[in-house]
Amino acid sequence: MKEISCSVIKEGVKALCAKAAFTLPGDVLLLLERAEKKETLSRAKNLLHVCIKNAEIAHSEKMPVCQDTGSAVFFVEAGNMVKITGGLLTDAIQEGTREGYTSHYLRSSVINDPVFTRQNTKDNTPAVIHFFPVEGDTLKIILAPKGGGSENMSQIAMLSPTGGREAVEDFVIHTVISAGGNPCPPLIVGVGIGGTFEYAALLAKKALLRTPAGSPSPESRYAGLERTILDRINERGSGPQGLGGRTTALAVHIEYYPCHIASLPVAVNMNCHAARHAELIL
Amino acid sequence: MMHFNLPFSKADLCSLRAGDEVLISGTVYTARDQAHKRLCAAIDAGEPLKVDLRGAVLYYTGPSPARPGRICGSAGPTTSSRMDKFTPKLLRATGLFAMIGKGSRNDEVIQAMRETGSVYFAAAGGAGAYLAKCITGVKIICYEDLGTEAIRELTVKDFPLITAIDSYGGSLYS
Repeated sequence: MKEISCSVIKEGVKALCAKAAFTLPGDVLLLLERAEKKETLSRAKNLLHVCIKNAEIAHSEKMPVCQDTGSAVFFVEAGNMVKITGGLLTDAIQEGTREGYTSHYLRSSVINDPVFTRQNTKDNTPAVIHFFPVEGDTLKIILAPKGGGSENMSQIAMLSPTGGREAVEDFVIHTVISAGGNPCPPLIVGVGIGGTFEYAALLAKKALLRTPAGSPSPESRYAGLERTILDRINERGSGPQGLGGRTTALAVHIEYYPCHIASLPVAVNMNCHAARHAELIL
Repeated sequence: MMHFNLPFSKADLCSLRAGDEVLISGTVYTARDQAHKRLCAAIDAGEPLKVDLRGAVLYYTGPSPARPGRICGSAGPTTSSRMDKFTPKLLRATGLFAMIGKGSRNDEVIQAMRETGSVYFAAAGGAGAYLAKCITGVKIICYEDLGTEAIRELTVKDFPLITAIDSYGGSLYS
């Protein structure tokens, strides 16, 4: 067994909060640069140029890429040969989030009660944490800060099981196009297909983490579906910020899972062009 | 590219058309969901507003905290459509001239904009670090308990905007 202490995890998470907020991942930047070259409409080209400049300023000046530093969403892969010492893993992550958001001047966007009090917790906790047991002696922690604008435009549908590929394509495209400029396009579109109601949503979120962004699904039929949906979205001309252009989405990532004979769950989780994530391996 | 020193005049607003790119310099006020809710509640109760919105520009943003020695944290626009249920009332009751945000507005907002001759601008969403470079002053005006959602007076210099919906109802989103 490998022992990892909660204090090491907390410090690691604290640093992860800063890294994720200040530095746009290189793969996302590359997609933005490619899109800028391809745009012909000057307004769209300029807006993409601003996204790229923004990432440069954020990184060099330790400014958040976006003022909405998000809900802190964690994906934790804990090896079966890892023993956590000095407390609970979940507490270490929450504490690291608390210290990370406050000490690095990141915005606290989390409120304690969704309906009644809506008081800001002032340290961006609690984080949302998803745990996945895996083999091995490492602990991998991915932080994907998730902004409200793009999260609000996300949708889930329980489609007819006989709808097939066409129904999936239409739902995803309709969801993206009807969101217009609200989720800060160009987007990374995460699609979860199959499983159950809640599992499709988790798959969609997980799809946003694929690296490098824009790489195809390893399953060729789904890779083909990703390409078709991406092309059909971008044909519509909604463009960066919904103000026209050919780059409404930078990538479509699909994750899928077996499901019930009666069901075809499809979830669409959108990420803005500030598609931030950072990972830590202990 | 058109340059404007704030406050806008009515003639400035009338001259703008959807698609015009502008740089503005002067004072704008921040307000997002909770501030809008409070402003409209004050209007309904017949109370004076804690900020004078006559001829003003509202910017839908909730900045990240400023580091020590810095004027402002990142400060890009938030989704404007969440303010749609409050905006017609603000436009008609306060003499507000313009709004800055991201994404489209509903028909009721556009109708109120046409009636009052006001303009809606889009700023680059997700570019809060870039836009913060154009902010030269920040002062909290009211609702400090709302934290990032408090109403702040921002002084901006050459702040880049796109006229998204003009005072005639012309829109880049339609």
